[in-house]
Amino acid sequence: MSESPNSFEMRGIVKRFPGVFANDHVDFSCKVGEVHALLGENGAGKSTLMNVLAGLYRPEAGELVIGGKQVTLHSPQDAIANGVGMIHQHFMLVPSHSVAENMVLGLNKPRFFLNLSQVEEQVAALAKQYDLNVNPRAKIWELSVGEQQRVEVLKMLFRGAKILIMDEPTAVLTPQEVEALFRTLREMTSQGHSIVFISHKLDEVVAIADRVTVLRKGKITASGVSAKGSTKAQLARLMVGREILFQIEKKKMEPGKIILETKNLQADNDRALPALRGVSMQLRAGEILGVAGVAGNGQRELAEVLTGLRNSTGGEMIFDQVALGPHTNWREIGQRLAHIPEDRSAVGSVPGLSVAENSILKCFNLTPIAKGWSIDAAAMQKKAVKLVDEYQIATASIQTPVRMLSGGNLQKLILAREISGGPSLMIAVHPTRGLDVGATEAVHKLLIKQRESGAAIMLISEDLDELLSLSDRLAVMYEGKIVGEMPAEGADIQRIGLMMAGTKVEA
Amino acid sequence: MTSEALFSLALTIIFGALVSGTPLLFATLGEILAERSGVMNLGIEGMMLVGAMSGFATWFNTGNIWLGFLVGTLFGGLLSLLHAYITITLRADQVVSGLAVTFLGTGLSSILGAAYVGKKVPTPNTIIVPILNRISLQEVTVVLIGLVVAPLIWYYLNRTRPGLNLRSVGEYPSAADSLGINVYRIRYMYVIFGGLMAGLGGSAMSLVTDPGWVDGKTSGMGWIAVGLVIFASWDPLRGLWVAYFFGLLRRLPLDLQNPALPLISTANNPSIGRVMDMLPYLATIFILILGSREAMRKRLGAPAALGNPYIRGERGL
Repeated sequence: MSESPNSFEMRGIVKRFPGVFANDHVDFSCKVGEVHALLGENGAGKSTLMNVLAGLYRPEAGELVIGGKQVTLHSPQDAIANGVGMIHQHFMLVPSHSVAENMVLGLNKPRFFLNLSQVEEQVAALAKQYDLNVNPRAKIWELSVGEQQRVEVLKMLFRGAKILIMDEPTAVLTPQEVEALFRTLREMTSQGHSIVFISHKLDEVVAIADRVTVLRKGKITASGVSAKGSTKAQLARLMVGREILFQIEKKKMEPGKIILETKNLQADNDRALPALRGVSMQLRAGEILGVAGVAGNGQRELAEVLTGLRNSTGGEMIFDQVALGPHTNWREIGQRLAHIPEDRSAVGSVPGLSVAENSILKCFNLTPIAKGWSIDAAAMQKKAVKLVDEYQIATASIQTPVRMLSGGNLQKLILAREISGGPSLMIAVHPTRGLDVGATEAVHKLLIKQRESGAAIMLISEDLDELLSLSDRLAVMYEGKIVGEMPAEGADIQRIGLMMAGTKVEA
Repeated sequence: MTSEALFSLALTIIFGALVSGTPLLFATLGEILAERSGVMNLGIEGMMLVGAMSGFATWFNTGNIWLGFLVGTLFGGLLSLLHAYITITLRADQVVSGLAVTFLGTGLSSILGAAYVGKKVPTPNTIIVPILNRISLQEVTVVLIGLVVAPLIWYYLNRTRPGLNLRSVGEYPSAADSLGINVYRIRYMYVIFGGLMAGLGGSAMSLVTDPGWVDGKTSGMGWIAVGLVIFASWDPLRGLWVAYFFGLLRRLPLDLQNPALPLISTANNPSIGRVMDMLPYLATIFILILGSREAMRKRLGAPAALGNPYIRGERGL
C-alpha cells in the first residue's frame, strides 16, 4: 500500500461551532485504492471533518489537497467536481423519483430536456461494471434499503467520484447485504477509488479497512494505524478513552408469567396499507424479546399498536391478562408500560420543555407531582434532580430545554422517566440508534437491569449484535409477520439475515 | 325546442364552462407548482383580487386590455413575494401567512378599487361568433392560453431538468440541497410564479370572463383553486379537467336560466339557481375536508415536504 499516492490530504483542519471545537488541527489522508476507517464517538468531529471534505462546511484554517492539487471547496458541487462524493447515513434519494431521475438530479447536463432513456442505459452499464444490480426505472420507495444504498453508490460513481465517503453504511443492512457492500467496496478500491468508512461497528472496521484513524473531542488520537493489527478493544479505548465492555453480563433468569400476548394482530400503516399481517407472540416477565428485521417490515407499527398510539385492525393483544382494544383506558395502562420510542426528540420528549418538565410527563397528574389541578414545582424538581443524579444525565441544569441535550443524554432521560414508573412491560424501539459506544453501553445496562427487576422487554432493533447480546429470544419480522423465533444464545446470524430478507428458512 | 337551438345551447354551456374555468385554471396551475416546491399558498384569493383590481384599473385608464393583463399579473406576483419572504426566508407558518396575505389583498383591492366599482368597461369585448351572442376574441384567447399552458407545465414538471429540481425540492429538500440545488431560490421562484398565475387568473375575470370591478370580485375563486390542487392530486393535466369541471358548475346556473329550456329552467324557480350557485363552494369544502387528513393527503400524492420550512442542518447534516 505504501507505494500508492495519496488521493487526498487534509492538513491542520480547524472548524469551530459556538462553544465547540469540532476539529482541532486535524490531519487526515487517504491513499488511492484504500479503505480508510474514521472512528470516533458522536460529537468527536467525524461528521464535521467529512462535511469539510464534502464541501458542506468551510474550515477556518487548514488546507485540502485532492489529487496533488490544493483546492478550496465552496459547495458540494465543488467537491463532486473534484471527485469527492458523500453517502449520508440518511440516504439523499428522493423517494418518489425513479433511480434514473435521482442519478441526474443536480447535474448541469443535459441542460433542459431530460433524456431519461439515455440515462437509464448509462446507469445500467455502470451498474454492470461494479456489479451493483438495480433497475434504473424503479422508484426509490419500491427499493429495499440495501438497494437504495447501491443507488447512492451508483449516483456518486455516475458523477465521477473517485473518493467516496460513507457514513455508517452498514447500520441498516442485513448481514448478507453487508457482505455484498464489502465486495462492492473491494471492487471499487481495485479500480482505483478511495473510500472513507465511518462506522461504530468495530468488527466491520477491522474486516474492511486498511487503515484506521480515530478522533476524540475534535483531535486525532490515532492516525492511520493499520487495521489488520488492531483489535476491537484497542480501537474502543482510543475512541472513548476508557475500557468498554462488549460482552454484557447477563444473569440467567427463569422467565416468569406471560405479561404480553398477541394473537394474529393486524394493523395498517400511514398509507392505509396492511403493515401487520397477523403477529402472534408471547412475552414473559424477566425476558427480553429481540425483534429483528429490516426497517419498514411492521416493527414501527407493532410498537405503536402495543403502546396505544395506533389502532389495530384485527387480532388480539392481552396485557397482564386484560385484553386491550379501542375501549382501553390507555392512560391507566401507560403507567405500567414503558415506551422508548424510535424518535426520541419528537415522540419521546418535548424538545422545548425543560429536563424537569420532561421528567414528569408520565406522572404529572399523579401524586406527589400533582397537587389538585396544579403541579407541585418543588416535587417536580426533586424528582428531576433525583433522576439526573441516578442516571448520570449530563445537563447544564434541570431547567435546560431537552433539545440542548446530546442524543445519549436525552435517551437516558427518557429511560429514566419510563423506568421510574416501575413498568411491568417495556417496548424499546432502536434505543441505541445514533448513540456512541459509551452511551450505548449505558442504555444496554439499563435494559438488562430492567430485565433483572422482572420487567418484560420487547427490544426492536436493526443492530443484530445488540439483539444477540441482550435478548433471551429473537423474533424476525418480515412483511408484517414474525417469520422465525429462536433462542438468542447460539443463534445463527446468517440464518437470521436470510429470514430478514424474506428467504424461507426451515425452523 | 329545435335541434339547432339545442346545439347552440350545448355549445354555450361547454364554452361557458371553458371560459369560467380558465381563471380557476390559471390560479390552480400556479398553486400546483408552488405546492410541488413545498410551499402552500393560501394567499391565492388575495392575489387574484389584487390582480383583478389592478388589471381593471389599468384597462380603464389606458383603454388597453392587454396592458391590463400585464399589470394584473405583475401585481399578483408582487403580493406573492411577501408570502415567499415570510414563509421561506422567515420560515413562518405557511397557513397563517397565506391567510394574512389574503386579508391584505382583499383590503388593498377594496380600498384602491373603490373608485372603479361599477365603472363601465372602456371597450366591449370583440364578439367574433355572434351566433351565440357571447364568444369574443378575448374569451377565445384566454381559453386557448389555458389549453396550451397546462400541458406545457405538465411537460416542464415531468420531463425537464428544472421540473425535476422543482419536484425534488418539494419532496426531499435536503437531498436536493446536498446535490447543490438552491432550495430557497427554487421555492421563491415558484411561489412567485404561483402569484403571477393568480394575478393572471384575477385579471382574466375582471377583463374578460365578467368584465368590470366590484368588491370581492373573485368571489372565492382563490379558495376553490386551493381545493382544486388537491382534487387534481398536484397534476397540471388533471388540473385542466377539474378547473373546467368547476367552471361548468359555476356556469350552469346562468345557462340554465335560458328560457329555451323549460324543463329545468331556474328562471321560474330561483331557489334551484341558488342551490346550484353553492355547488362549487360545497364541493371545495368537501375536498378540503378530505385533504386536511394527513393520511388522505399522502394517498393522493401530496409533496412530502409540503408545508415544512427548509432549514439546512446546522450540524451533522
